[in-house]
Amino acid sequence: MRRFEYLRAASIDQAIERLSFDPGAKLLAGGTNLVDLMKYDVACPTTIIDINDLPLGDIKETSDGGLRIGALVTNSDLAFHPVIENRYPLLASAILAGASAQLRNAATVAGNLLQRTRCSYFYDVMTPCNKRTPGSGCPARNGLNRNHAILGASQDCVATHPSDMCVALAAIGTMIVVQGPNGARSISLADFHRLPGDTPEQDTTLRNNEIILGIELPPAPEFQRYSYLKIRDRLSYAFALVSAAALLTIDDGVISTAHVALGGVAHKPWRDTAAEVVLVGRPASRGNFHQFASMLLSRSEALSQNGFKIELARRTVVRALEQAASRTPQSQSDKRVH
Amino acid sequence: MDQGPAITGKSIPRIDGPVKVRGQAKYAAEYDVADLLHAAIVSASIAKGRVISIDAAAAKNFPGVVAVLTHKNRPWFWPFSFLYKDLAGPPGKPFRPLYDDRVLFSGQPVALIVADNYEAARDAAALVSVSYEREQHATDLAVEVSKAYKPPRHRLGLAPTPHPTGDADRAFLASPVKVEASYTTAAENHHPMELFATTVEWSDKIVTVYDKTQSPKSVEIFLKVALRLFRRKVRVVSSFVGGAFGLGLRPQQSVILAVLAAKALKRSVRLVLPRDHMFALGYRANAIQTVSLGADENGRLLAIKHQAVAATSQSEDAQDPMLNFSASLYRCDNVKLTYQLAKLDTVSPCDMRAPGAATGMFALECAMDELAYAINIDPLALRLANYTERDQSENRPFSSKALRECYLQGAERFGWAKRSHAPRSMRKGKELIGWGMATGVWEAAMSPAPARVKVSLLADGRFEVTTSITDIGTGTYTILTQIAADALGAPRERVVVKLGDSALPFNPIQGGSWTAATSGSAVQAACDKLKKKILLRAKQTGIVGNGQATELLSPAALADLLKLSGSDNLSATATIINVKFGKKYASATHSAVFAEVRIDEELAVVRVTRLVCTVAAGRILNPATARSQIIGASVMGIGKALYEDAATDHNLGRCMAHNFADYHIPSNADVYDIEVLFVEETDDKVSPIGVKGLGEIGSVAVAPAIANAIFHATGQRMRDLPITIDRLTRLSD
Ligand SMILES: Cc1cc2nc3c(=O)[nH]c(=O)nc-3n(C[C@H](O)[C@H](O)[C@H](O)COP(=O)(O)OP(=O)(O)OC[C@H]3O[C@@H](n4cnc5c(N)ncnc54)[C@H](O)[C@@H]3O)c2cc1C
Repeated sequence: MRRFEYLRAASIDQAIERLSFDPGAKLLAGGTNLVDLMKYDVACPTTIIDINDLPLGDIKETSDGGLRIGALVTNSDLAFHPVIENRYPLLASAILAGASAQLRNAATVAGNLLQRTRCSYFYDVMTPCNKRTPGSGCPARNGLNRNHAILGASQDCVATHPSDMCVALAAIGTMIVVQGPNGARSISLADFHRLPGDTPEQDTTLRNNEIILGIELPPAPEFQRYSYLKIRDRLSYAFALVSAAALLTIDDGVISTAHVALGGVAHKPWRDTAAEVVLVGRPASRGNFHQFASMLLSRSEALSQNGFKIELARRTVVRALEQAASRTPQSQSDKRVH
Repeated sequence: MDQGPAITGKSIPRIDGPVKVRGQAKYAAEYDVADLLHAAIVSASIAKGRVISIDAAAAKNFPGVVAVLTHKNRPWFWPFSFLYKDLAGPPGKPFRPLYDDRVLFSGQPVALIVADNYEAARDAAALVSVSYEREQHATDLAVEVSKAYKPPRHRLGLAPTPHPTGDADRAFLASPVKVEASYTTAAENHHPMELFATTVEWSDKIVTVYDKTQSPKSVEIFLKVALRLFRRKVRVVSSFVGGAFGLGLRPQQSVILAVLAAKALKRSVRLVLPRDHMFALGYRANAIQTVSLGADENGRLLAIKHQAVAATSQSEDAQDPMLNFSASLYRCDNVKLTYQLAKLDTVSPCDMRAPGAATGMFALECAMDELAYAINIDPLALRLANYTERDQSENRPFSSKALRECYLQGAERFGWAKRSHAPRSMRKGKELIGWGMATGVWEAAMSPAPARVKVSLLADGRFEVTTSITDIGTGTYTILTQIAADALGAPRERVVVKLGDSALPFNPIQGGSWTAATSGSAVQAACDKLKKKILLRAKQTGIVGNGQATELLSPAALADLLKLSGSDNLSATATIINVKFGKKYASATHSAVFAEVRIDEELAVVRVTRLVCTVAAGRILNPATARSQIIGASVMGIGKALYEDAATDHNLGRCMAHNFADYHIPSNADVYDIEVLFVEETDDKVSPIGVKGLGEIGSVAVAPAIANAIFHATGQRMRDLPITIDRLTRLSD
């Protein structure tokens, strides 16, 4: 760990100002990811700006019937909020699939959006990593890459985004509200996380001097057909090998909307709206789900050890869609997949 | 008067439970010592080569830093590596941290920062930059297996791999039914909850070392000899140890480095090795094995051939009893065992719970299951058809063997009779169900070195039992209290057990599942002696007419006795020497484990929904702590079967699973029902108190039982551990 200065921000403007003139500054929310990375010398901020006093902890309904969630709302509070439980159960379920109760009590919405990859090379400063030290190389490409990306990877980086929450947000369709020195703007979740390309050090399109104020969810009906299915190396407390978030509306056995996002497969939550269109107007059948899953994964590429993820992802998508269609969403406490 | 009903054999709660839950039990890193310095290591990023230079300027200038130790400025070392031997080490040259510029494995400590606070030491360590001359390393066992060799020197205290009997090659070829398969097992790390840590309290005359170890005595001797502290009194204290699983059998890097620093600076020093250093301290050797079984149509074994190549380091021939049980578990006239090592550029492997057996028995017991299916008979029936009452490898009877009862009671409890034999024949909903079983065995031994226990009568009428052995969480404090209380006829509140201190009577090492049998027997003997002494003293002083022991042992009588005899020092010492019964009997602990798995047919998600573990371990001193031992070991077995893998990047020669995010152990959700049954087993030969020991046995049979259950569920043989989802995904086609 490197020495750093600690500042407790009194206002949003103060935090932004500090970020603007101090490029080594980092915001601290729950600290469950940042502090970890600091302990491993992966993150070496010069200044920690603690934002926990800022007024970003509210959950409010918006005029259009959507929901605005403050950046500092904890993962636990979000998952157990009555409106989330009723109208965004996919989000609640995805959050509860992640980490542990203790971590979720500390982790925040913004911190979860910005959590960094769990690639073991990224985490180990004794090894090269283009994401951590640009230009140093990517040992995962020809090394241990069992957990790595099958979609959207680049020569320079094959890391995945580890979040569960973000996979649900991708399926729901979410706007991220951010503020910088020149005011606020909104970024859609699809444009928020990036693919690695040749600048894998940049995870997102958030600028250095911007702060996340919160997220906005579109209006949602009650009694949805949804499921979040996470497949991992043990039954709990592990990041996803692959996960699928599925939201369906079905009228008379025919699909009218289908939103599906994949986790654990790419540098960002993976969604393909073009493929989703194929499901619309078709019966909610296993065959159709299969066809869709194959389309969704058609551009996947295997590394030396992670080829299994392609088929696993396909099957996970099919099962999540089946669970959604039959209104039997995956339970996050009963570990049996049904 | 005081004498209540016997408590040995009863589920007495842990004596040390209350101090542990109150946070009053002190572990090595928790001792407050005046003027303490804190150390942090800098470790090597390469697996093999030389340190060319170490730039520590920034670290030295860091506020709070007192010294930076490297191989260049460390205190003088003996140049003879044999002086670094310890009681548990294998043949070869023990690793000496900071000895010279050679890098022998990734993660090797190459510098030690010492500062006046922990944060400064850790932060300065990150500022050190080391440059290396790299050499080509070898860390992949699959490649190095081609250079396998028979260890030229045998590890002291380890029973040799049994000699061949009959002609296994010929018998195998001639067998009507043959199975032959290869199995691989991953390297595993011990990962006890408590990190390896040492606090050294330095003074000119006496050096007190609070250390995490399974042998305070071994550490004391090592420090005196290897680190040349023979002119000082050295006392090693390990009152509480938060698990060790074998990694604390040898003096660890933490104690060597902390004492080096203390010696160099003549100051008290603490070093806590971080979690990510665990992989550089030792590991359960990964292995590649081949088992060939020949049998007749009824399943009677005609030939057993078992070959293993296990990993070791370049400098030591680490060995464990990987194949030792393959010759004695079943009746078979033709047995051939080949145990070899292959050198890797890693730290030396180190005994890990049920060392060798957990690896070797995985292969043998999976092969037995394969044989059962080759012949088409029930896997349990196959075991029973080959049951032996003699240890054929040495042609001698067992001191006791209730394995048959383990099989039968376990099967009954599990409901094995309801199993349908064919693979993929049981399912519920989308899940395939599999039932599998396996046999476990571990040598029931007494400590190979003598163990001493002293029992003293204290002025307040309590009895103090002391011996240098540790309690690594197994319940040693509790069972010794029970034995002493019963032997002395005193309630347990009047027995104080003191352990984990090299200043106490010599008791070599807590390991090998021999502590309960050895120390327990010594406690029993010392208490018997003390009782006699008290009676004698009572007669001499004439305080009690009828000489009834029960009356004499009441606190009031004892206080009188001490007063009248003018001494507050009434004590007895006993030493247990492991003469046992020579070669007349074989002695072993056995188990039978029955496992149920449920596997999602499409997604390969495995749940181990039921384990029934039946154990024959002689006399059970405390069913509660005994059960905990077996449950803990079973959870480790689940980890071995499904999760644990100290995965190494062979391009870098570095273990990358060096944290709990990448090195998976079972979480609560992964552990369903574990049922433990101890079967009756009376053994008057194995140890004076009839105890066999329980530390290892629970770990042996769980992984093969799970692998066999997975076969039964899916029809797929999983011969490589851990059985991860990627190895299982070809389920439905
Ligand atoms: C052991 C463990 C297991 C885990 N398992 C899972 C899992 O299974 N699934 C899963 O999804 N996650 C898992 N996580 C990750 C966890 O979800 C994240 O650590 C958490 O969500 C981060 O939130 P935080 O508030 O603590 O972020 P912090 O650590 O405080 O911050 C993370 C990053 O976000 C930035 N940041 C925070 N707030 C703002 C803001 N308002 N504006 C701009 N930048 C901001 C920080 O500067 C920092 O860069 C696990 C974590 C741990 C430690």
